[in-house]
Parts: sequence; C-alpha cells; structure tokens
Amino acid sequence: MPLLQVSGLTKSFGGLMAVHNVDLAIETGQIMGMIGPNGAGKTTVFNLITGIYRPDRGQIRFDGRNLVGLAPHVIAEAGIARTFQTIRLFPNLTVLENVMAGRHCRSRAGVVAALLRSPRQRAEEADIRRQAEQQLRFMNIWHFRNELAKNLPYGDQRRVEVARALATAPRLLILDEPAAGLNEQESAALMALIRQIREMGITIFLIEHDMKVVMGVSDRVVVLDNGSKIAEGTPAEVQANPQVIEAYLGREDEERISYHV
Amino acid sequence: MELFVQNIINGLTIGAFYALVALGYTMVYGVLKLINFAHGDLFMWGAYLGWAGLSLVALLGLKQGVWALIPVVILVMATLALLGALIERAAYRPLRSAGRLPPIVSALGAAFILESLARNIFGASYKTYPGWAEVTGSITVVGGVTVGVMQIIALIASLLLMAILYLFVNYTQVGTAMRAVSLDHDTARLMGIDVNRIITLVFLIGPALGGAAGLMVAVRYGSFDFTLGWTFGLKAFIAAILGGIGNIPGAMLGGMILGAVESLGAGYISPQWKDVIAYVLLVVILLARPTGLLGERVAEKL
Repeated sequence: MPLLQVSGLTKSFGGLMAVHNVDLAIETGQIMGMIGPNGAGKTTVFNLITGIYRPDRGQIRFDGRNLVGLAPHVIAEAGIARTFQTIRLFPNLTVLENVMAGRHCRSRAGVVAALLRSPRQRAEEADIRRQAEQQLRFMNIWHFRNELAKNLPYGDQRRVEVARALATAPRLLILDEPAAGLNEQESAALMALIRQIREMGITIFLIEHDMKVVMGVSDRVVVLDNGSKIAEGTPAEVQANPQVIEAYLGREDEERISYHV
Repeated sequence: MELFVQNIINGLTIGAFYALVALGYTMVYGVLKLINFAHGDLFMWGAYLGWAGLSLVALLGLKQGVWALIPVVILVMATLALLGALIERAAYRPLRSAGRLPPIVSALGAAFILESLARNIFGASYKTYPGWAEVTGSITVVGGVTVGVMQIIALIASLLLMAILYLFVNYTQVGTAMRAVSLDHDTARLMGIDVNRIITLVFLIGPALGGAAGLMVAVRYGSFDFTLGWTFGLKAFIAAILGGIGNIPGAMLGGMILGAVESLGAGYISPQWKDVIAYVLLVVILLARPTGLLGERVAEKL
C-alpha cells in the first residue's frame, strides 16, 4: 500500500479549475518530484494534502487514513510536514524556538504540568530541546540557534524551515521549491541533504523548478499542466515524454493561461 | 525626596495591578488581534467573587484573617479562567472568520452582560471589603516613607504572578507554541499546533490574572462597585497600548509607568489633576512612539 494515495483530486477557485482529477501514489521511502509550468496547480495539490484547502472531489489517503476534512494540525500530527515556497518561519522566535514549535505536536504534558514543573514535564521539555538541537546540528544551523529567525540569511532560513518540519517527526516531508533562490553550490548541498533525510526513513514529495535538482534527486517525477497530470515516471521517462516537452517549450507564453494560486 | 519615593512606591503598587489586567488585554490581542472589551469586566468580577468568597468565609464562621485570602484568590482565579474560556467559546470563536468588526461588537456585548449581571446580582451600591482580611500596620522604609504591609503583600503577589507568566511564555514548550501562534496562525497549524487550544489557554490565563488583580484592587481601595471594569479596566487597557499591545513585557512596563506617573501627578500637583497629567504624558509618549514603548509593527497588525 502506498504511503500517500491521492485519487480524483479536484479543486476549483471560482471558475478556475486549479487541480483536475489528479491521481498520485507515493511509496514509503520514495522521493517523488512534481514539476509543471507556473500556475499548473502544484502548490494547490500541496495545500489540499496538508488541509489548507478542502478538495471539491477526490480522496487523500495517508497510510490508509482518509485525510479529507481533517484540520491542518491533525494532518501534521498524523505525520505530514511541509516547507513553503515563500519562507514562513516565525520571524520573532529564535531558530531554536522555531524548531521547538515544530516539536510541540509531539509533546504530551499539559499546561498545569508546565506550570507546576512536574518531573515528567521537565523531562519532556529537556527531551524536546535535545531533539530540536539534534535537528539544528543535522541542518548545520546550530551556530544560529539563538538568533531571531528573521535575521538569518535567506539560504539558512530555508534550512530552519526544513529543521522545523523535521522536528514534527514526519513520515512524509513535503518541500515546496526548496532550491528557490539557492546558488549552484547550495543546490548541490540541498540534494545531498534530501537524500540524507530519505535515509532516515522519511518519504519526500517535492515541487521544484530547478530541473537539475528535481531530476537528480527524484525516484519518480509527476508532471502537472493546467491542473491535470500529464505524465508520470522516472526522470528519464518524463524528460523524453513529448507532452512534457510541449508543456514546457511548445507554447507561446501569451497563450498560456496564467493564474496563480 | 521622601515625597518622591513615597509616590513611586504607591504608584508601582497600583501600576502592578494595571499591569496584571493589561496582560489579559495584550495576550488576547497577541493571538487574535482582538481587543477583548469584556476583560475589564472579568477583572471587576474578580472583585465581586473575592468579596463573595470572604463573605462566605465569615458566614460559615470559618477562621478569619489574612490567610483566608489565599484559598479565595485561588478560587477566584479558577472561576474567572473558566468564565474567560466560556466567553471565548460562546462570543468570539463563532465569529472568528467574520472579520474584525463583529467580534468587537460581541466583546462589547459580553462586557455589558457581565456588568449588568454584577449590578443585578450584587446591587448598585458600593461593596466594602471586610477589614479582617487585611494585615494592618506599615513599615517605615527610609525617613518618612512608610509602606503598608498589605501593600507590600499585594506588590509581591503581583510581581510573582507576572514572573511566572513571563517564564511560562518564554521558557516552556507550550509558551513557545503560544508565541508561534501569535506570529502566524496558519503556519502554526501546519506545524501541528492546535491553535484553538492555544487560544483557549490565553483566555484561561488572562482572566485568571485579571481576577487576582480585581480582588487585590478591591482590598487596596476597600470598596468598589460594578463600574470598576470601566474605570480601572480602561486604564489597564491604556497601559497595554502604552507598553505596545501584543507585547507581554510591554504590558508590565506600561502598567508600572502609568501607575507611577499618576501617583507622581497626584502627589506633586493635585489629586484632581492626576488623570489629566497622566494622559497628557501618555499622548506625548504615543506621539513619539506610536507603537507603544516595546511594540513593533503595530501598523501592520492593525
């Protein structure tokens, strides 16, 4: 059984069909890439999976569990974490606090325990801190731990986002254009990192415009155009697919329906 | 010099009460960008419930004395925490996605309901706090400066509550989640934080602190009526804005400054003019720093 199974996923905004009848299956341990021209509906698919939008039609199953209609925080708790196309850190929290906020959903002790500083709660707090510190070291941003997130350079903010997502202990990590704004060297480091995260047993689903990254790191690639899936396969298969080539190169920009969601 | 020190000490005592109440306004604003107008009246209910609790102690013939305040304070805080959470559930949550104005109307409605309930249940006349619940006597600090024992107890209790809150918000996991929610609801949700639970928590903590302040204010002044929420509560609201609304240390600082300025104005110029002096200064401070002393980017929040 695939870890994530999406079938017949459909969502429209007003008259615009943002996502139309999309089927997807991601196996445990896979790295799945998603590409497509701007406005193809890629981020909408992510927003539907993570519960920001509710699909008009279709099913989303995660490890057999139906996710449609669940609140975003319940979906995160179920084991899906994400990063964002435009960075969305908590700007006025420190790097360590950002990552600890991600860990919150795995903490069990309540408020009363926190106020009374019960031994169990203290142990948990220490554990959360330790885990967060571990993520920071893994992402190589340990030296920034006490800086406010907003003061970090762009590339490092992206790393904090990944660390925060990892802190939620996900089984599926969704990355929305992780290489955006990175130079070639940083992109190469990112690819190594994505592979390392997979080694930890985490399945990855990423949107990426940088073809070198997406083709280099993905096991399979799915292609969206105008809200529909037009191709799926290994990177080599997808690159050779005439429909994909047409979607990327064959049309004049003016003809392309341009909408952004 | 003695007059100055005396006024500062008196001002800080009142300021600590302003600060405790201001925290409730500022925390709710922090997570919801909502001015909880009912907060002042929750604070007023703290005074009534404390008075009722002490009356009950006397009625049941239990041991009287300052120690009776401890169980009464705890009960008042617990009751107001529940009342605060109930108001959020009934009056604010259903309107969460209705825009900015409907929740303000709802908040004003809750304020009037709380005020009318207090007047109809307890009557419109002033209530007097029983003298037996106080420690009389005062301590001479330096020269002619004297401070009442009860005043010291209230000041220490207020500072202690604020210290606990500060440590809770800044150094615990739940506190971190709370700050994350105040910065960005949607991202917090996607990181697995149950935003509604955090909001409920804020509505438990704020009114609990306000309730403790209500009881202490009533003890300090000796008598109060159902308008306490508007008169004293409004000043606490102003203290929250002065410090930078949404900012917890700001509320504490704003309360202390407002208390000190009022007291100095009353002492050096005239008690009748203390409000004028205090508010002229506040306007000047806000002209220089429109976002409040410790606030930032209020323009964006509003």
